[in-house]
Amino acid sequence: MSLPSLDLLVNALQQPASLAGLSLSQWDLLVRQARQADLLARLGAGAQEAGSWAAIPAAPRMHLASALQLAARQHVELRHEVRAIERALRPTGVPLVLLKGAAYVQTGLRAAQGRMVSDVDILVPREQLAEVESALMMAGWVSTQRNAYDQLYYRTWMHELPPLRHMKRGSVLDVHHAILPPTARYKPDTGLLLRAARATGADERVFVLAPVDMVLHSAAHLFHEGELDLGLRGLLDLDALLRELGQEPGFWLELIHRAHQLDLERPLFHALRYTHWMVGTPHPDATVHALQASPRVRMPRLQQRVLDALYLRGLRPEHASTSDAWTPLARSLLYLRGHWLRMPPGLLAGHLLRKLGAVVRGERASHASTA
Amino acid sequence: MTSIRTLSQLSRDGLKRRLGSEGIRLRVPPFVVHIRSPIPVVAQGLYQLYGDHEWLDDDTGFVDFHVAVQPRRRWFRPLCVFEFDGFQPFTPLACGEAFAFLEWGLNWCVTGHCHTLLTIHSAVLEKNGRVLVMPAPPGSGKSTLCAALMLQGWRLLSDEMALLDPQSGHVVPAPRPVSLKNQSIDVVRRLAPDAVIGPVARDTLKGTVAHLRASDDSLARAGVSAPPAWVVFPRYQHAAPLNVEPRPKARALVELASNSFNHHVHGRTGFEALAQLVDRSQCFDLQYGHLPEALAWFDALEAGA
Repeated sequence: MSLPSLDLLVNALQQPASLAGLSLSQWDLLVRQARQADLLARLGAGAQEAGSWAAIPAAPRMHLASALQLAARQHVELRHEVRAIERALRPTGVPLVLLKGAAYVQTGLRAAQGRMVSDVDILVPREQLAEVESALMMAGWVSTQRNAYDQLYYRTWMHELPPLRHMKRGSVLDVHHAILPPTARYKPDTGLLLRAARATGADERVFVLAPVDMVLHSAAHLFHEGELDLGLRGLLDLDALLRELGQEPGFWLELIHRAHQLDLERPLFHALRYTHWMVGTPHPDATVHALQASPRVRMPRLQQRVLDALYLRGLRPEHASTSDAWTPLARSLLYLRGHWLRMPPGLLAGHLLRKLGAVVRGERASHASTA
Repeated sequence: MTSIRTLSQLSRDGLKRRLGSEGIRLRVPPFVVHIRSPIPVVAQGLYQLYGDHEWLDDDTGFVDFHVAVQPRRRWFRPLCVFEFDGFQPFTPLACGEAFAFLEWGLNWCVTGHCHTLLTIHSAVLEKNGRVLVMPAPPGSGKSTLCAALMLQGWRLLSDEMALLDPQSGHVVPAPRPVSLKNQSIDVVRRLAPDAVIGPVARDTLKGTVAHLRASDDSLARAGVSAPPAWVVFPRYQHAAPLNVEPRPKARALVELASNSFNHHVHGRTGFEALAQLVDRSQCFDLQYGHLPEALAWFDALEAGA
């Protein structure tokens, strides 16, 4: 079973100078794939930077410009939200530590270029979670989950509160107290992450994770959440982070050391493997060898081959032109794997039964965010 | 000049066959859409209402929106879903609403993916180079007025959304069939017995819905943008006498902003574009109970200004 080529989209994103030579029917497919992968604005940003913007035919360019306009607006609103969250947290004395897209934008990293960011993720110490939640509530953020089971599920088993929504602005805030659920196989220590967090250039009261931690969190998020709808975007985040932060002297050695310390060697190994295979991210061979030598990474050859077959499908955009007959099965198995990694079997069975019941009762839409 | 191929060059059966297989690529200015659907009422609607639209008989070009309306059988009631390139943004509707679903889906495609322009929920028409913008909530008689004005010779730019170019301040035409609801279908039939009205969908969320074919002139000049001159907020009140009041510009701006789908995406530029639109236009509240009276007022407005 051979998968359809992903070259058009990957080349367009990684070598935007090549965009000038595309035919209109190639543009047609490219815009469709990029839209499905939530990468239209990134494509546009790449073209602008590479100087190939003017060579894009007007019709597809409109779609890139539209996505760029939306991304630019999201970045403006994001900065505004970050200031509001910082003000809300000030009385608690808990520093504001941003994760994921919000952190990339606030730091001005290349990963932020054309990155859609619809909500803000923050990391706080578990001991101060209640304090943080009430401070945010006072400032207008309320829980989106009214369902008692979902509330219980989040609060007992998850590494984050149920998403909060601001009453007036409608903006969504995810408050994490860890980067993986407490029941997960791997248990990165939140305290270590918070102690290494650093202030951003833009505002000394706003913090982001240390560069190696940013990469490790991105990897843990992509390879342990089990929801890969935007898998390729996740890989490209990792690609941009590794290319930019990897320039720092000592970065790669520190990355392995930190992965070991945080119990995240396996997700890092997968991140390096699949970014290299799928989007051509360079990394030192020594890093991969060192990871492969770790007992926490080694696995039977057959198991690795099955995982490869699943991820090489699951990480692609959910578009007919990038899928094969095995793609739906691969996605379902990766979804189960994500849950398997985050919960002990008994708990998982109970949770999935509840979700199944909800689907049968037709409540799928309202539960999508916790599934 | 080479003549363009139009959808009317296909027979009704030929159109149905193509829609059910590889689909039809249609220029629906300012976009190109690719439509697939095996549902007969979709073919019927396209045949009746899109006959003069350019049919692009090759698959090498760029398409803005790949859409489909596909049947879904759930229990006993035949349903249909709208697909945007495989993605289903809406819950299924009854199969009889398939053509209306296509029209609503296309509106969604535009408002969701064209942030280079400001989109405002309103009817838009033009006469002698000046544009009339009519933003109004459903039930205000906006579509009836829009259809009637088009039938009286105004050029239709859109019955559903103004596409405002924030750079030039002009409105970009997007003429498509005019959506008519409930009594307004009969009102328009009485007004113009020859008017082409497409498939009638009954018992939709909006009641009975049908679409009126866009005038030839509207389609022929779809490439010509024009500057706004009037912003009129209509309100239909049964049997009420005509009552027109100038609307203060600040209030017109607030109302326009609340009818805009995406001015926030443009931030300050969006606000300024709306302010400029209001600034350039005469703004009125129009209450009417008799269509001919309202139409006469619009003609006087256009002639006198």
